Order: sequence, then C-alpha cells, then structure tokens
Amino acid sequence: MMETMEFEVLGKKDTRSGFGEGLLEIGKQNKDVVALCADLTGSLKMNAFQNEFPERFFQAGIAEANMMGMAAGMTIGGKIPFTGTFANFSTGRVYDQIRQSIAYSNKNVKICASHAGLTLGEDGATHQILEDIGMMKMLPNMTVIVPADFNQTKQATMAIAAYEGPVYLRFGRPSVPIFVKPDANFQIGKADVLMEGSDVTIIACGHLVWKSIEAAQELAKKGISAEVINMHTIKPLDEQAVLQSVAKTKCVVTAEEHMINGGLGDSIAQVLTRNHPAPQEYVGVNDSFGESGTPAELMTKYGIDTPDVIAAAERAIQRK
Amino acid sequence: MENQELARIASQVRRDIVRMVSAVSSGHPGGSLGCADFLTMLYFDQMKHNPESFNMDGAGEDLFFLSNGHISPVWYSVLSRAGYFPTEELGTFRKISSRLQGHPSTDKKVPGVRMASGSLGQGLSVGVGAALTKKMNQDDTLVYTLHGDGELQEGQIWEAAMYAAANKVDNLIATIDYNGRQIDGDVDDVLSLGDLSKKWQAFGWEVLEMDGHDFEDMRTTFAKAKSLIGNEKPIVIVMRTEMGQGVDYMMGTHKWHGVAPNDEQLADALNQLEETLGDY
Repeated sequence: MMETMEFEVLGKKDTRSGFGEGLLEIGKQNKDVVALCADLTGSLKMNAFQNEFPERFFQAGIAEANMMGMAAGMTIGGKIPFTGTFANFSTGRVYDQIRQSIAYSNKNVKICASHAGLTLGEDGATHQILEDIGMMKMLPNMTVIVPADFNQTKQATMAIAAYEGPVYLRFGRPSVPIFVKPDANFQIGKADVLMEGSDVTIIACGHLVWKSIEAAQELAKKGISAEVINMHTIKPLDEQAVLQSVAKTKCVVTAEEHMINGGLGDSIAQVLTRNHPAPQEYVGVNDSFGESGTPAELMTKYGIDTPDVIAAAERAIQRK
Repeated sequence: MENQELARIASQVRRDIVRMVSAVSSGHPGGSLGCADFLTMLYFDQMKHNPESFNMDGAGEDLFFLSNGHISPVWYSVLSRAGYFPTEELGTFRKISSRLQGHPSTDKKVPGVRMASGSLGQGLSVGVGAALTKKMNQDDTLVYTLHGDGELQEGQIWEAAMYAAANKVDNLIATIDYNGRQIDGDVDDVLSLGDLSKKWQAFGWEVLEMDGHDFEDMRTTFAKAKSLIGNEKPIVIVMRTEMGQGVDYMMGTHKWHGVAPNDEQLADALNQLEETLGDY
C-alpha cells in the first residue's frame, strides 16, 4: 500500500549554473531579455550571456541600489531585466529600491539571487542571508520562486521571462543532486508532488527538497509513508496542493534553508490555520545567524539536514 | 511658446499647488512653487510628448521622472494643465481612493507617471535605465529627471552618477532643484553639498547652470543641453530656484517645505497669484 518512488539522480550541479544556462537560453529566444550584474558575473554564472550578448549585458559595479533602479527604468520601453548578485545584496541591501521602484511600481524585473542561505558556507553570516524569502514575499506584486535543483532553476529562469511582473528567484552555490527531468514543464505557482504518501506531508523548497526525498526514503524503511511536495513557488502559494495533501495525511513538516520566521513554513501555516488546522513541524533556522563552515557542517549544526526532517516528521505524526 | 504665456501657465500652476495642499492640510508647497516655472517650461515648451495618449513605454516620446516625489503637487498640476487628465481631478489630491497619491505612484495608473517616487535618491537610476533602453531601442528621444538638492545626500544618486558617466549615457538631462533648503533647514547647515557643480564635473558629467525662474535663461540652457546630446557625457543642469517662489511669506525660509497654508494664508497666497486659466 505504500509507494516509494525511486528517484533517478541525473548527476550533481549547482543551481546557480541552472540560472546561467537558463539566462543564456532565454536570451537567445527573447531579444528583450537584458541582464545586469553587480561585479559577480562569474559567481552568478552570467558569463555565457555576457559573451553572447554584450550589448544586452550591463556591468553595474558594486552598486546594487543603482542596479535595481536601472533595472526598473529599463522596463520602460519593453526590456525584461534580470539582475544578478548574491541573495543578501539582492534583497536586504536594496529593499527600499525594490519596494518602491520595482514592487510598488509593478515593474517587470527579475531579481535573481545566488548564494542564498547557509550553504554559501565559509564566507559566514554576513553573506548567508536567511531572511530574504520573508522580505520578498511580504511585498505586494512580488512572485517568489525557490527552485530545487539545476534543471528546475534553468526551467524557472526561462519561465519567469514569460511572466509579466516582478519576480524574486532564489538559488544557491553548492552542487546538489539533479532529479527534475530536463524536459519538465515548470509552472509558476504549481507545486510538484514528488512522492505520494499517507502518514505525513513534507513540504520543502530549494536545497531542502532533496533532503526531504532522502528523509522520506528513510521514513519508508521505518514503515512511515511520507508525501513529499516541492513547493518551488512560495508566492503565489499552491494552496490546493497543500490542502489536498494534508486532508489525507493530517500533519505536515515544512523544510527550508531559511529562517523559520517568515519563510515557507509561515506561508503553509497560514493556509492550514485558515482552512484545515493540522500539526506542523518546522525545519529551518531558528532565529539565529549562521557562521563559517562547510555547507554540510552548517546544515547539520543549524538543524536543516535529512535527520532533522525525519525527526520532524515523527514529531508531527505523534501530534496527530 | 512665448515666455509671457509660460508665465501665465506657471501662475495658474502655483494657484493649483496652494489650493491642493491647503484643501487637505498636508503636502509640500515650498519645493512645488519653486519648480513651477521649470516644469511648465519642460512640459509646455521643451518635451516631445503625447498627453492625450499616455502609455507606459513612451516610445518616441521624451520621458520625465520626478525623483523628489514630494513635490507631486506641481507635477500633477502641470500634467493636468498639459492635458494628461482633467484639472478637476486635482481636487482629489491626497484624498482616499485618489489617483493623485501624496507621492507619485503608478498603481492607480495616473496618466503621465511612469514610476513611483518619494523615497529619495532612486530617480536618477531609473532615468539612466530608461535612457539605456532608449538607446537599445534606437529611440532618439530624451530622458529628463528632476532631483532635490537635499536629495543628493542619498548615496544612490552618486552610484547612478558614476554609472552614467562611465557608460556614456548621453541621452539624459538631469536637473537639480538647487534651492538650498531642506526640511530641517538650509542644506549647508544640514549636510553641505560643497561645490555642487564641481562634484558633478568630477563625476564626469557635463554641467550647466541656470536660473529656474527666468524662462529665457531656461530656454537658452535647454538649447545648450540638447546640443550636447550624443556627446558621450551625461548632462546635469544645476538650477537655482527659490523655495516658495511666488508667495512672499513662503520665500526665504525652509519652513514651507512640508507645511500647508491655512484658509487665511491661502487667501493671502491666492491674492499674489493671478488666475489665468481658471481654477479647477
């Protein structure tokens, strides 16, 4: 009665490279796509676009506020600007610029943010932003997307060019397993049910999706049937996917490489409390800055690794 | 347009400004009055634009961005007097559900406004971005921006200034409303800008200076600025103005930056400003 899907791992790559490939591809397809970068072209994997389309690439220098304002201005006349820098400098540093010139003004800017979360690693807490999803999802007009692997980041990058309106696209630095099919059809706001289960729903985004698949596979060995949902779009949230699953499993775990305050888990909790209250356990960073270390060490120390998802699932089931 | 006719329009714009802010006991009359002549000159004499068929992209039209959004009263008045929307709508300024928000915004789709402003320092970046798009689109119309002098204390202005010069954004004319006053007092006392023209020159800009209350001087300066378009340098006009220009008790002080006149003060102001085009 329990189904555990085997996931074919198609290799390992960083999600930022998915962004770089997607940007190049969409640049070939759509001449209105332009790219801006604040002195992190290599880190953001934007070199291929820069080399192919130098007349549509704008090096902003270390001046992120100006980059965001220029991107907003470039939309007037029909361009589709993609800005690239680290997630910290894409959000907190320029929140007011995004708020006024992009979100409130409803401009067609794609804010593409790499090196999000703890998995940035050794650079430490100054660069490990864990609040960006919260900041961005609070802005009216803003769409927030956190893809799970290389293929999905590439697909999302291309999909947001076809969507009219401000978007925050968050991805990261480390190499992680690729499990989304290269020809998958990415739909903004439509969750992917990766594994079907009946005992607990695990809803994750970004790097925690693979961790949740691993957790579900371990839980299966213990006789626990976990449903795993890749909630790649935090806003607008696929409420139907959440409610359908929790109606079946009666409890939920949310998992994200982000502060518990203000993240994916908060959004899920809102849906549940309004429609279908159910026990919820949170896997995320608990009101703390990060620190230097390897990505693996940090995920363990800050409680966002596979064993944390397993433990959270067991706690959620017990609270039913 | 003749200078005399421009002056007649500017007088009506000033009446609109004081009536708008007085009606809601809020808003920013000082800087608005100071820029009435400039914006009248821009919209009625200098810019290539289509008030009757406003669209966001503005292809083939000159674009204007108000970076110091708090002087929205003068902009709204000039936009409506130029034909972007009915002048009666000025009576809704700052009122609930109005398109004429306290600071300009696009979300209620007021014709003529292409970007929200109010939080200072952002409009030069926006103007540079729009100018870059015009270049990519091979659209040889121009981008104009207006900034307060106090606003130049914001760091983002100088990020944009550096970018525009380094990248030869030469289809942009920025203007500084150099009235020397901001909310807390004189700019020199709050945070001095030093030698403003030299600062812009050092950043690689072509710098012109003009008297923002002399239509002939503005006409000459705009002609000079336009002759410098395409010269691989961005252009800035440092425009001397008087905050509160046209209403004697509002001049020579920073006190009317963000304070609206009461009924008695309004009557005094209106006595000093000729009604030339009919009040809204």
